[in-house]
Amino acid sequence: MENVKLIISPSPHVRDRDTTPRIMLDVLISLVPVMVAAVYFFGFDAIRLVLFGGAAAVATEAIFQRLRNKPITVWDGSALVTGVLLALTVPPSLPTWMIIVGSAFGIAVGKQVFGGLGYNIFNPALVGRAFLTASFAGYMAKWTGPFDAVTRATPLAVGAARASLPNLFFGSVAGSLGETSALAILLGGIYLFYRGVLDHRITLGVLASAAVMSILTGANPVFELLAGGLLFGAVFMATDMVTSPYTPRGRWIFGLGVGFMVMLIRAWGSMPEGVTYAILFMNAVTPLINRWTRPRIYGQGVQRT
Amino acid sequence: MHAGKLILRKDKLIFHRIGTWYACEHLGCEVKGYMGVKTFFGGIHPKYAKELTAASPIEVLQAPETVVVPMVQHIGAPAVPTVKKGDEVLAGQVIGEAPQPVSAPVHAPVSGKVAAVTDRPHVNGRSVLSVVIENDGQNRWVSLDPHPDPVQLSREEIIARIRAAGIVGMGGAGFPTAVKLTPPKNAVIHVLLINGSECEPYLTADHRLMLEYAEDLILGAKLLAKACGAKKIIIGVEDNKVDAVAELKKHAGAIEIVLLDTKYPQGGEKQLIKAVTGREVPSNGLPFQAGVVVQNVATAVAVAQAVRDGRPLVERVVTVTGSAVRQPRNFLVPIGTPLQYLVEAAGGFTEEPGKVIVGGPMMGLPQYGLEAAVTKTVNGLLALSRAEAVVPEPMPCIKCARCVDVCPAYLLPLRLEAFGMHEMWDDAKDYGALDCIECGCCTYICPSKRPLLQYIRVAKNQIIAASRKQSS
Repeated sequence: MENVKLIISPSPHVRDRDTTPRIMLDVLISLVPVMVAAVYFFGFDAIRLVLFGGAAAVATEAIFQRLRNKPITVWDGSALVTGVLLALTVPPSLPTWMIIVGSAFGIAVGKQVFGGLGYNIFNPALVGRAFLTASFAGYMAKWTGPFDAVTRATPLAVGAARASLPNLFFGSVAGSLGETSALAILLGGIYLFYRGVLDHRITLGVLASAAVMSILTGANPVFELLAGGLLFGAVFMATDMVTSPYTPRGRWIFGLGVGFMVMLIRAWGSMPEGVTYAILFMNAVTPLINRWTRPRIYGQGVQRT
Repeated sequence: MHAGKLILRKDKLIFHRIGTWYACEHLGCEVKGYMGVKTFFGGIHPKYAKELTAASPIEVLQAPETVVVPMVQHIGAPAVPTVKKGDEVLAGQVIGEAPQPVSAPVHAPVSGKVAAVTDRPHVNGRSVLSVVIENDGQNRWVSLDPHPDPVQLSREEIIARIRAAGIVGMGGAGFPTAVKLTPPKNAVIHVLLINGSECEPYLTADHRLMLEYAEDLILGAKLLAKACGAKKIIIGVEDNKVDAVAELKKHAGAIEIVLLDTKYPQGGEKQLIKAVTGREVPSNGLPFQAGVVVQNVATAVAVAQAVRDGRPLVERVVTVTGSAVRQPRNFLVPIGTPLQYLVEAAGGFTEEPGKVIVGGPMMGLPQYGLEAAVTKTVNGLLALSRAEAVVPEPMPCIKCARCVDVCPAYLLPLRLEAFGMHEMWDDAKDYGALDCIECGCCTYICPSKRPLLQYIRVAKNQIIAASRKQSS
């Protein structure tokens, strides 16, 4: 025994098997049904955008870290997740160079300038999307229908032909790549919940407040939940761990706030869709929510007998 | 079979169970568990690995040729040696006396000759003044003072016998039992809670005690209840030990036995009190302020033997286990038995261990070697393989808040870690660092493998040091 070097480290001496790269992999796995649906409805454009979106995000992160003389950590998968998520929220007709620019902007300005993984305030994929919407508004609103690539209005646009609910559920409508099929999104969401990656408090909060708001504004709640990017946002975007609150009550408030803001923008905003800005707005108030919703500590406020 | 029936009922109500589990774990409700099984909010389900030793009966291990008895085996002032080199000692003889009330005397576990009174490695990693005794193999005892009907003894007599026997909390902390039984005059104790949860993975020493020493345990519980004035006795056992529950019920009489969900840290004093009584121990307070005294099952058995037989605490049950141990099992060993001797008794190592731990894997103490000896609080010796022992590289915190969801003290471990790392002691105090029970759930669950508890400990130490400085 004398010459054997034993490891000395403080307790606990055992760790859970789950790792951060595994969580990122889980998100990618959960996006498989969405990507399959996107390819089915929109064909080669889906593959093109996901591929270039993901590659641009990874490359930007690696270049940025290289320039700053930091260890290159693209293997944790977080940049890939950002790029793929962004690609799934853009119209199928978006030119390749635009998705590259958007992805690079999301990683560089949305994530790396804050210090990289874990330090960003805003969801990097949505930062990229907001940048694209502001810069190339026409391209970002050029929706093409499934199968035929003919330009159509999104079901949410004023005066557009209302899509049938089954079509909205299965995804056979005009819209962003990954946002049209509610079924595929739900499959991914169930997998994420099972893996403990999706926080149901946020997702249910978003859907609940959006449903209540749509009833209050006289809209059909089922239509509002299925149309546009709401479901995709509720499952994949609002639940981003880094940019959502870490307190139990804070997560409910965050989710409810996102749903409320989405419906506010849809009802009175000048755009047909508001999921991106609703989530970015709630990202901004996340530190405040965390501060205001600190849990009661065990034994505090308890009377001594 | 009672045990079988319990398992069956649980499985039949699987949907009820899922619903309650969801409410407990996800909605944050403090639901009282399913089917009468009680629990607390938070906690983790690590790999228990109790099957390595759960079925191995307690074996009496022959005393080694040399025992090393440290004077620090409890919380409080170290005992003061009453023997010197060359003295002949009898088993059960006092070899270290308590210098003040918060302390405990130490007795010789074997008869023989004092070889040295000197500093020796302690399981806590330091060198501690110890009495080294060469065992003469005669097992000659001092004359004991048994009592035929111990329950007739007065409260004061019971406490005096417990104090004289050197009994301390054997679940790990080692708080002198006699002190715990004498809370301030105005405190009212409603419940004596016997802790049979044994929530640490790997360990089965308490499990085997409940199975094999149920009678002593029940007697000990009755004596402890009388000593602290509790009208009610409750024994809490996790539902992975239903055979122990069945055994205890045979002897329990009016004593209530509560099934607890198998979840770490169910055996944490504060979590146990919350699960069983629904009360919380006030922040910065002690269990008696919630009207409860908690004692571990091993302590209760030791109390029975001390009060009835007059036997001092000189031996205890230790689980020797882990993937690097050839024949994991439970031993009844004299206090002062070197760890090396325990490993040899369990067939030695199958491979060079990566880490040797005294206690369980969640809160146990890592060892530099096997020179240290068993103390009154050593309930397990765990040898992990090199692969299991590797300390993972930390990654950035992604605010996943799993640490928040598992914290049984309802803290925000990720914030406390950041405060500890950036030396923001005031913020750490404000966020309740001192309410941390150091269970390690946060570090266990962290997907980024961050040493959260380590930084919280640093913050706690700094806060305590600062308040001492201020008051002096």
